[in-house]
Amino acid sequence: MASPSTEPSLLRGLFLRLVLRPLATLFTGAEVRNRERLPLTGPAIVAANHNSHVDTLILLTIFRPSVIAKVRPVAAADYFLSNPALSWFARRLVGITPISRTVTRGDDVLAPAREALARGDIVVVFPEGSRGRPDEMGPLKAGVARLAEAFPQAPVIPVWIQGAGRVLPRGAVVPVPMNCCVLVGEPLRWTGERQAFMTSLRDALLALQAEAPPLRWREAATGDQA
Amino acid sequence: MPDAPGQLLAAIPGPLLWGLGAVLGVLALGTAAGVVLPLLKPGKDWSNLRLRVWSWWVMIALVVAALLAGTGWLTLLFALVSFLALREFLSLAPTRREDRLIVLFAYLTIPICYLLVANDQYQIYLVAIPVWFFVATPFLMALAGQTRGYLASVATFNWGVAACVYTLGYVPLLMHVPAVEAPHAGPAGLVFFLLLATEANDVLQYVCGKLFGRHKVLPTVSPNKTWEGFLGGWALTAAIVWLLAPVFTPIDETGRWLLAALLPLAGFAGDVTMSAVKRDLGVKDTSALIPGHGGVLDRIDSLTFTAPLYFHLLAYYGLAKY
Repeated sequence: MASPSTEPSLLRGLFLRLVLRPLATLFTGAEVRNRERLPLTGPAIVAANHNSHVDTLILLTIFRPSVIAKVRPVAAADYFLSNPALSWFARRLVGITPISRTVTRGDDVLAPAREALARGDIVVVFPEGSRGRPDEMGPLKAGVARLAEAFPQAPVIPVWIQGAGRVLPRGAVVPVPMNCCVLVGEPLRWTGERQAFMTSLRDALLALQAEAPPLRWREAATGDQA
Repeated sequence: MPDAPGQLLAAIPGPLLWGLGAVLGVLALGTAAGVVLPLLKPGKDWSNLRLRVWSWWVMIALVVAALLAGTGWLTLLFALVSFLALREFLSLAPTRREDRLIVLFAYLTIPICYLLVANDQYQIYLVAIPVWFFVATPFLMALAGQTRGYLASVATFNWGVAACVYTLGYVPLLMHVPAVEAPHAGPAGLVFFLLLATEANDVLQYVCGKLFGRHKVLPTVSPNKTWEGFLGGWALTAAIVWLLAPVFTPIDETGRWLLAALLPLAGFAGDVTMSAVKRDLGVKDTSALIPGHGGVLDRIDSLTFTAPLYFHLLAYYGLAKY
């Protein structure tokens, strides 16, 4: 099956500025710490934790308007390309780079992300692979290391997003406004070894999490089913 | 062609015009201090002072523009302030996962209350949150079926909405006072005087504490507050309120003394109460929205107590309408 076009629509810039930005302001009021560490040019990889669709909303709106056209979030093909309307929305308006989560041996699931990096785009990846529990980090998948290995000149910027899992947790339909905090870390560089690279990425994300504002709401939430 | 700026100025009541002029003067002084002090004492970091003053310019410009634009705009501005304050509170407060819809219900009080204010529905406004929201919320939370941590969650929502929405709605409600009842400075003058007295109290308690502070007043809640700051700020603010109340408000002599004595106390109480909440939540500031100040809740903590006090003293000792 030929994969559908992922060329963003001309409307994407307007959609990001006139729809997503006001929505992000209303629902997340995202406070960004160390915004200057975000890349201004590609190729670059942004690696963030993932609890909610709101993560993508936030990551698309914290970049400068002049950079935003280059920002391409990696998103699950099985979910976002599942029906034509969602697919059009995800590919043309949000500008996702699809990634397959159901791998048959020999497939290169990272090919679209590689193409984007080769074009000089800023690729946003969620190394946890799927949305976990609010403000907790699950195990990281090594795809990001393979991308970094293929593009050693691309910096990998760790980003911790706190609060998005409360705005719209997995399984919830209605978002509620909650203040979120986005912490941008120092760029990492490909070190030549996948395991060591993944360890340093994990450490960087956990260090950012530790800097985030305290989470008293957790005491009330622990023990509940996620 | 008529002289539009001239007409606008002429439409502002005298005391309000002088009051706004004085505020601009103080801001200009603050701005000058941000430039001059670093030259006199180059060692210290003055960036926070400059940030604070810059944020004051923005906040005051917004309030003044809304005050001059009229009731609708001021109501809208305070609805926005309530939203930002409530979002800060609900983001920090412990809420249970089952309470997500209650969170939405709490936000819903903002359009409801401010529509009541905009339509001058004083009687309904008075009970909308303190009676109806307070009894509806526990019921809806019971429907959600989770009883663990139930009482504490009810209190969290009720207090948050009372502090962030109900108390602030009193400010635009003052705009519905008929002009004949506020002949000196108009209804906008009533609002201006409340905000002026509240912020002056904040600043004067802070300055007196910095200059003379020795004995801590509530060390477990707010370690920087001292008896000297509290009493000095109280005396100076009381004097300002006593002197200026007849200029801006129609309050009678008894009300004037009560307002002078109680408004600075209410400001202190609001400040300390929010400090206790923040200490419990383990944060210093409720967000980083206002550069140099912290969050919206940090800025309006005193106002949440002074606004209802001011409104009710004024209503009892000066207004026929309420």
